[in-house]
Amino acid sequence: MAYSLLEGNEAIARGAVAAGCRFFAGYPITPATTIYHNMLNLLPPLGGICLQGEDEIASIGFCLGASMAGMKVMTATSGPGISLYSENLSFAIGSEIPIVIVDVQRLGPSTGSATRGADGDINFLRWGSSGGLPVIVLAPVDVQDCFTLTLQAFNLAEEFRCPVFLASNKEIGMTRESIDLQKVATPGIVERSAAPSNQPLLPFGVDPGQQVPNFLPIGNKVLVRQTSSTHGADGYITTDSAAIARNQERLENKLLSAINRFSFHEHYSIKHTDTLLIAYGVSARAAKAVFKAQKRRGKPISLLVLKTLWPVPENVIQQAARDARRIVVVEMNLGQYIREIKRILPQKQVDFCGQMDGRLITPARITEAVDHE
Amino acid sequence: MNSLLNAARPPVLCPGCTHERITHSLDQAFQNMGLAGHQIVIVSDIGCSGLFDTFFHTHAMHGLHGRALTYAAGLKMARPEINVIVTMGDGGQGIGGAHLLAACRRNLDLTLLILNNFNFGMTGGQFSATTPPEAQLGSGFLSALERPLDICKVARCAGAPYVRRCSGFQKNLAEQIQDAIEYEGFALMDIWGICPGRYTKKNRLTPKMIDDALAKLPTMDGVVSENVRPEYGQHYRQLAAAQKKVSAPAVIEPQFTAPQTGRQEVILLGSAGQRVITAGELLCIAGLTAGMKTTQKNEYNITVLRGPSISELILSPQEINYTGIETPNVVVALDQEGVDRRRGLFERMTPKALIIQISGVNVPTSKARIHHVDLRALGVKRPDWALASLAVLAKLQQIITPQMLEAALKIRFKSNALDASLKLVKQVTTGKAA
Repeated sequence: MAYSLLEGNEAIARGAVAAGCRFFAGYPITPATTIYHNMLNLLPPLGGICLQGEDEIASIGFCLGASMAGMKVMTATSGPGISLYSENLSFAIGSEIPIVIVDVQRLGPSTGSATRGADGDINFLRWGSSGGLPVIVLAPVDVQDCFTLTLQAFNLAEEFRCPVFLASNKEIGMTRESIDLQKVATPGIVERSAAPSNQPLLPFGVDPGQQVPNFLPIGNKVLVRQTSSTHGADGYITTDSAAIARNQERLENKLLSAINRFSFHEHYSIKHTDTLLIAYGVSARAAKAVFKAQKRRGKPISLLVLKTLWPVPENVIQQAARDARRIVVVEMNLGQYIREIKRILPQKQVDFCGQMDGRLITPARITEAVDHE
Repeated sequence: MNSLLNAARPPVLCPGCTHERITHSLDQAFQNMGLAGHQIVIVSDIGCSGLFDTFFHTHAMHGLHGRALTYAAGLKMARPEINVIVTMGDGGQGIGGAHLLAACRRNLDLTLLILNNFNFGMTGGQFSATTPPEAQLGSGFLSALERPLDICKVARCAGAPYVRRCSGFQKNLAEQIQDAIEYEGFALMDIWGICPGRYTKKNRLTPKMIDDALAKLPTMDGVVSENVRPEYGQHYRQLAAAQKKVSAPAVIEPQFTAPQTGRQEVILLGSAGQRVITAGELLCIAGLTAGMKTTQKNEYNITVLRGPSISELILSPQEINYTGIETPNVVVALDQEGVDRRRGLFERMTPKALIIQISGVNVPTSKARIHHVDLRALGVKRPDWALASLAVLAKLQQIITPQMLEAALKIRFKSNALDASLKLVKQVTTGKAA
């Protein structure tokens, strides 16, 4: 057992490189900047590309171009940058361009507080694009998650050809932590599935039962069309409403139907407990401290730590909550994800323990919420 | 070579639109160069110029208004061998102004064709960045208020090495486009044309009028000698190849035993410029040399070299969950700003806890033991105070030992920085002024 000391942002950069990412573009913004610094150190010596865009719009635009050329791409920002990513995010969703986007969240709204943490973008990441189609959002808890969930994020982006967010937080990204790199379990590396390279490509064509179109990069022999406009299988604008409806449904279903395969979570279940604590992100660390303390106090509770937030892992939540009378949802915001918990568990008592003032939610505060209904 | 025009999707432009002439000239340029479709990607954005990618049998990427240059940059960096042609209207030029300036400064080998017809055609003839103030358009009197932009002048100032202004009716347009594509660097063509669907409904504009207007402007005919320099992609690859590979994170083998068993919590309360964060990192590394798990949570303002700087450090043989500190074992009071930010902390401290109080810093009343240190008297400079406080801790056998600290310094620093830090620690532990 020998540890290394890494901050979350460095772990994300190293995870990206391990996943095969060789293109990064970003614009400096606290608390995400050190991801860019790390990528700038890591990529060029590997023959990779790291660029600083003139703004966030350019940064994500560079990434979409490079992704269409076949590279695994990543960008990183914080809330104000996510706002500027929005139009290109819709492009990546609707036109199925794989990209990993890191949001090292800081206290909002707006420019907010650059060096204070929050989980205030959780619903924004899901809903902050035109068209309202789903995205994948993974939420790391610690430095180890920063590494492994980044690998998972790339795998999901490649498999489903969609944007995948890592919803980090200043308190994870800029916090250093010991990590035993030898013990980190890493998933196998997934590549986007290639279309045959000896016949014309229907860039958005799928076989019956297939949910995600095969990919060929722009620049090879077979011509590739990419468009942000409403398109048919051939990548040209279409007004065929039946074809449009089929495509929109596919874009939704390709993620919703597969959510059980990537519902990352940790469930600490104790039989006959009345209360289930649900937490994600850095707050899950305080929640886990409370889980342990309650056990010591002889007042055990159960704990569900969600690491996939979107699409909502409904089965995981329902199963974890099956025997609980009461759910306490912990969030570093004024109550965002709790809406999903209430929607999924209408028959349960769902209470909120939240705070959005730039400070971590303390175990004491969670304990108070657990003890007092 | 054969035409690369897409026979199945002929141009769907208004009769008399200059875009159609440009389409055929672009095709002619491709033919003259002997290019196959797969050697080209046409990147377009929104508006009538955004239809161009559908007219050709080439690779295509059509995206959001004004952003075509950004996609093009990603494509070209990833695939340097392909010819990247960007089509954009005067609308895209306006909304994508920042990208256009950056493309001029960057000098990546892209060819930008600005199809300049002085208005937003597709949305109903609103004024654009190039609309003459006297034009009658869909945006009413507003177009009279803004001055049209000479994009060629701007591009030259911004560093574009190739700028050409011409008429879409020019006989040698195909040759001129070819010249721009063949230029190894960012090449911009401002191609003036007529929008019969919108602009000439209420405004008179003829090919002759365009020629007359162009004749009155300074000539922009391609290479801008003062801006000629290495192409961005080649330059990038040259510099990138010289970068040293980054090593894997240091793996720190446990070799010592920490002076205290169990979880230890330390807060460094200082201010910017005292290298508080680096000291915190060193304390963590020292912890790792004793096989402890560690976390370092930092707090500081966004200002540089001003304001409080606080580092919360936990060393524990068990898993560390919550990274904040409520009741620290040790508080190091390095600066008043840090202490004042966390005044509430002191009343929670127990009699077993320790405060390292640097002379000149006032701390609130608490039950904790206080150890005074006069770093000024020892001749330690302010930027070294945080590191010096670690030496104090080591000397007191609190949290870390001198051996743990020395090992951490050897892991974290090299050459001169290492020598200086070892010397400083010795100075503090022996109590001898430098």
